[in-house]
Amino acid sequence: MAKIGIGKAINAGLRRAMERDAKVVIMGEDIGKLGGVFRVTENLQKDFGEERVIDTPLAESGIVGTAIGMALRGYRPIVEIQFDGFVYPAFSQIVCQVAKMRARSLGKIKLPIVIRIPVGGGIGAVEHHSESNEAYFAHTAGLRVVACSNPEDAYWMIQQAVECDDPIIYYEPKRRYHEKGEADLTAAAAPRPLFEATIARAGEHVTLATYGPMVKVCLDAATVAAEEGKSIEVIDLRSLSPLDLDAVATSVEKTGRLVVAHEASTFLGMGSEIAASVSEKCFYHLESPVIRVGGYNLPYPPSRLEEEFLPDLDRVLDGVDRALAY
Amino acid sequence: MSDNEVAMPEEAVDTAAVAALVAPVPETIGGAELVQLLTPEGERVDHPEYSAYIADLTDEDLRGFYRDQVMIRRVDSEATALQRQGELGIWASLLGQEAAQVGSGRALRPQDYAFPTYREHGVAWCRGVDPLNLLGLFRGVNHGGWDPNEKNFHLYTIVIGAQTLHATGYAMGIQHDHAVGTGDPDRDAAVIAYFGDGATAQGDVNESFVYAAAMNAPVVFFCQNNQWAISEPVERQTRIPLYQRARGFGFPGVRVDGNDVLAVYAVTKAALNAARSGQGPMLIEAYTYRMGAHTTSDDPTKYRVSAEVEVWKLRDPIARLKAYLTSSGKADQGFFEAVEGEAEELAVTVREGCLSMPDPEPLSMFDHVYVEEHPLVEVERAGFAAYTASFEGDH
Repeated sequence: MAKIGIGKAINAGLRRAMERDAKVVIMGEDIGKLGGVFRVTENLQKDFGEERVIDTPLAESGIVGTAIGMALRGYRPIVEIQFDGFVYPAFSQIVCQVAKMRARSLGKIKLPIVIRIPVGGGIGAVEHHSESNEAYFAHTAGLRVVACSNPEDAYWMIQQAVECDDPIIYYEPKRRYHEKGEADLTAAAAPRPLFEATIARAGEHVTLATYGPMVKVCLDAATVAAEEGKSIEVIDLRSLSPLDLDAVATSVEKTGRLVVAHEASTFLGMGSEIAASVSEKCFYHLESPVIRVGGYNLPYPPSRLEEEFLPDLDRVLDGVDRALAY
Repeated sequence: MSDNEVAMPEEAVDTAAVAALVAPVPETIGGAELVQLLTPEGERVDHPEYSAYIADLTDEDLRGFYRDQVMIRRVDSEATALQRQGELGIWASLLGQEAAQVGSGRALRPQDYAFPTYREHGVAWCRGVDPLNLLGLFRGVNHGGWDPNEKNFHLYTIVIGAQTLHATGYAMGIQHDHAVGTGDPDRDAAVIAYFGDGATAQGDVNESFVYAAAMNAPVVFFCQNNQWAISEPVERQTRIPLYQRARGFGFPGVRVDGNDVLAVYAVTKAALNAARSGQGPMLIEAYTYRMGAHTTSDDPTKYRVSAEVEVWKLRDPIARLKAYLTSSGKADQGFFEAVEGEAEELAVTVREGCLSMPDPEPLSMFDHVYVEEHPLVEVERAGFAAYTASFEGDH
């Protein structure tokens, strides 16, 4: 076991992926000498060369558009989008081109592209640096969307994403980049399949489904709740498309209650889809409505207000209490 | 430039240059910079730089260029008719742009890769794509259906300009494969990206210029300036001649008579040679005209005058080559009649093929969304199959 942060774990995973397959290239802004603004690609250009770790011009549509061309030529590009809010210039290329290419070619083309996006708030940043835009991409057929929450997953999931032949949006919880955790990075550790959820903490009374940076908040909430005799089962969804609804349903059939928590606005967010699906799948097991805890339906506020905007431990527990009140 | 302008005193030259910049449509169609090897009347003229690039063309090659243009024009007119008869949802005609597409398409080597818009039927023809594939797309049977990597011809791209970035990325891949500048004519490869005058306003096209320049990527940007982006004239997209845009990005640009198949071939061949040898990107502006509507859904009488179309009829690419082949004795009447006969046969094949094209199986829409299994797709596929089956026996 190693003590490592998520950023360093992804760096190590990228290194493994590049060692394993010479067709893997990384493309993005400031990823070379600087190692990325979060240093996630640190030293990779030094060790793999400028041909494989490519500092691109400062244009996101261009990064994704040229990555498509590289993939058509047989490469496996890993694209770094510097911040969540900067992915929108590339939105058309991702949604119209990356997502649809497999289907429109009747299966003759594959685009094994990983688009890494540091996601979410909590870092005191200026506008456009704290967004949670996963629902846009999870809504888009042809894309897969995953979100790591801890160093061990971060390490394995990035490698699994690179090996997947479908395009994947890979969300990294930017406020957790430097939080260290125990991680087994040895070859002997068998990683969980990429698109499966996991039970991060077992419990009896309420299921709390979450992902990405909110997993830690929810685990902390479960610890506090346990002191009050409330047993929360925390599910780390890990994959948002496909969505492991079976894992959620199995838990809800046991607990009878579900709270979904994410940083993104609740309106038409992942929680809405999960609530609808679970009410279809588990109607007779539910003791309460599915409760959504998330960001308010506002433009992300100035950072002095983000503590109020982002769901924290108390907001999660409030959601749990509302579910238990039925 | 007119005699009057030549006689102007020197201090007035700047004013004239500025005037030329803000009034991009010159009196002589295409302007003085236009590369031409065949006049609109079919007279062979020399160009100091580009004549050399057609020196090795045989008479058979020239007859082939003629045949290519006639054949694809016939496919185009048949497709337009089929749309009018309700057999295609829409059709984007290439009428008038045959020389731009065949000249550039025939300049490609097998290992080169082309990224088309949705109007490159002539390039598709040169790359060996079955015209029925093109009709299938516009009929709504599929989104193309050919194997891009088999033909080195990417699928049609509908989103304006998006493919120029794919082309640039593909060219970067060629660089990574060390398939540029080796001197091996069978290994060195280049990419050609097609787009129109309207697309030059798109961010993606400008980003592709930036990337190609920064990376020195082996990509030829082939802009067919057909003067109209649906209803918007080219002046709405640009204040300077489009080929001059290249200079600001740091690579050469050239304007060629897009209705002169020899000049297009020569200029494209030169640009592809340069790209393959490691000299980086180049912009070609093929100065041409969209003789038909933007698509079968469009009505050009609302925004352009017929006199303009009449002027361009005199510059028809096929008539021009025919005049040259005839006057030079490179083809006789028997050849032209044989090509006409062949084109009529092709039209019949295309029509029959279109009418007998089966609709796709409904369940097939669930295929190929992902390479690897995706549970939601499988659940919905099964749900749709069960729903459909529930009607069996209801009649």
